[in-house]
Amino acid sequence: MQTAKKSNVLKQLRIEKLGFSVLTLLSIATVIPIIAVVIYIIYLGAPAISWEFVSAMPSDGMRAGGIWPAIVGTIYLTVGTAIFSVPLGIAAAIYLSEYAPVNRVTQAIRIAIINLAGIPSVVYGLFGLGLFVIFLNFGTSILSASLTLSIMTLPVIISTTEEALRAVPQSFRVVSVSLGATKWQTIWRLVLPQAIPGMLTGIVLGLERAAGETAPILFTGAAFFLPRLPNSPLDATMALPYHLFVISTQVPGMPIQIQYGTVLVLLVFVLIMNIIVTMIRSRARAKRQW
Amino acid sequence: MDKIIVENLSITYSDGVESLYDIHLRIPIHQITALIGPSGGGKSTFLRVLNRLNDLADVTKTTGKVLIDGIDILDPTLDVIALRRKVGIVFSRPLPLPLSIYQNVSYGLELMGEKRKSVLDEAVERALRLAELWDEVKERLHDPANSISGGQQQRLCLARTLSLQPEIIMLDEPTSALDPISTAKIETSLIELKKDFTVIIAPHNTQQAGRIADYVAFFLQGKLIEFSSAEEIFTRPKDNKTQDYISGKFG
Repeated sequence: MQTAKKSNVLKQLRIEKLGFSVLTLLSIATVIPIIAVVIYIIYLGAPAISWEFVSAMPSDGMRAGGIWPAIVGTIYLTVGTAIFSVPLGIAAAIYLSEYAPVNRVTQAIRIAIINLAGIPSVVYGLFGLGLFVIFLNFGTSILSASLTLSIMTLPVIISTTEEALRAVPQSFRVVSVSLGATKWQTIWRLVLPQAIPGMLTGIVLGLERAAGETAPILFTGAAFFLPRLPNSPLDATMALPYHLFVISTQVPGMPIQIQYGTVLVLLVFVLIMNIIVTMIRSRARAKRQW
Repeated sequence: MDKIIVENLSITYSDGVESLYDIHLRIPIHQITALIGPSGGGKSTFLRVLNRLNDLADVTKTTGKVLIDGIDILDPTLDVIALRRKVGIVFSRPLPLPLSIYQNVSYGLELMGEKRKSVLDEAVERALRLAELWDEVKERLHDPANSISGGQQQRLCLARTLSLQPEIIMLDEPTSALDPISTAKIETSLIELKKDFTVIIAPHNTQQAGRIADYVAFFLQGKLIEFSSAEEIFTRPKDNKTQDYISGKFG
């Protein structure tokens, strides 16, 4: 009897061990492709990286020189997207999480936001072309492209921010109101500061996607080739993802290391955004007390 | 003199739990009034009516009258912010805000737009002294509020409520999560505080009511069964249900 029990326990332990090993292997498996892609890009792109490559204008039909205008363009587009989508996204999330009554209208708004996140990016591009470029007459410009990217980014920002706001314990709100706070004072002084780490995650996820997208800027603001930097928000601009598309498909005799060098720069750009946000987030988390 | 007069108060929640039925009650000024009875009997609901925290809950219907200093606080046009400054509450669990010890106490004043550091410093010290916490935290006012013990946190919550200089202090089972020593400290503070404030407490148990209450209201299933002085209730209860509850036949 005793031995039977013992062997049963041993058997269960063995099964548990096996289960853990399988899970570990599977999680390693998900990381392998990412690491492989990064190594591959570095291997092919690193030879192209030089000071000239990141600081000079393209020359010889983009087959030589640098990608400076594309880097600057991507920074402009990312900042432009942030200017429109971050305030609007946070405002919408505050409304949905703190003010919106639970009824069919707000339910419909939520479903619409979720569905917006699933729309193919080229559809946003066409929408931006119709609305911003043609109807509002902003032309193919940084402004049109930023607005288009903003609309694409909004659903991500709204849903992650809403989630972050909801994660702040309800009891804090009750305490705050019991001390004579208005709803807005409670949100501004208590809820928002606590939600910042979660909000940042969503904002950066959204902006990273915006920085790497080609289709939405294809018709709205991306230039094939500009021999200068854009002068105003109403100028078209070169951008890293679109530049990559162009040199990979439209330019015959393109040296491969320039293509992969461009990819590497885009990758580093996104990585820098990630690192900055991780630093801000971990500082905010260290201060958090719940 | 009666600070609070409650007439025909009935409250229905959408889920039917913790409702109140036809409550009549007069709460005297500068006394400790204890609300006793089994949980779910409506004590918390009653407290949350007095500063309109119930506005945040799923209440479907409130009828009757609640007069504080002669003013009907159920009036929809009432300035609830002013009411909540006048009627403070301490909750059953210590709920420090995710701020420093100092900021927890100054929070309410800062909401009112008080920015002068000298005024805030003074108010924070006074409130912490009233809650018998000052000596324990004066060296670490800017530490996070959750770095102190649970008992200290609850006294911090009391200080936070006192910082607004309310007239009425309500405590909803304030010692239910505390050890006996912290509980004793809170009880001592309350007896001291009734000189300047009207105190309403839903005590953690009947014994606590016996230790500190001047008046006792017995709530059972949303109804007020009996209200009189603590001495009356504990020695000669009029209602058999009060008798049975106090003697521990049910609870």
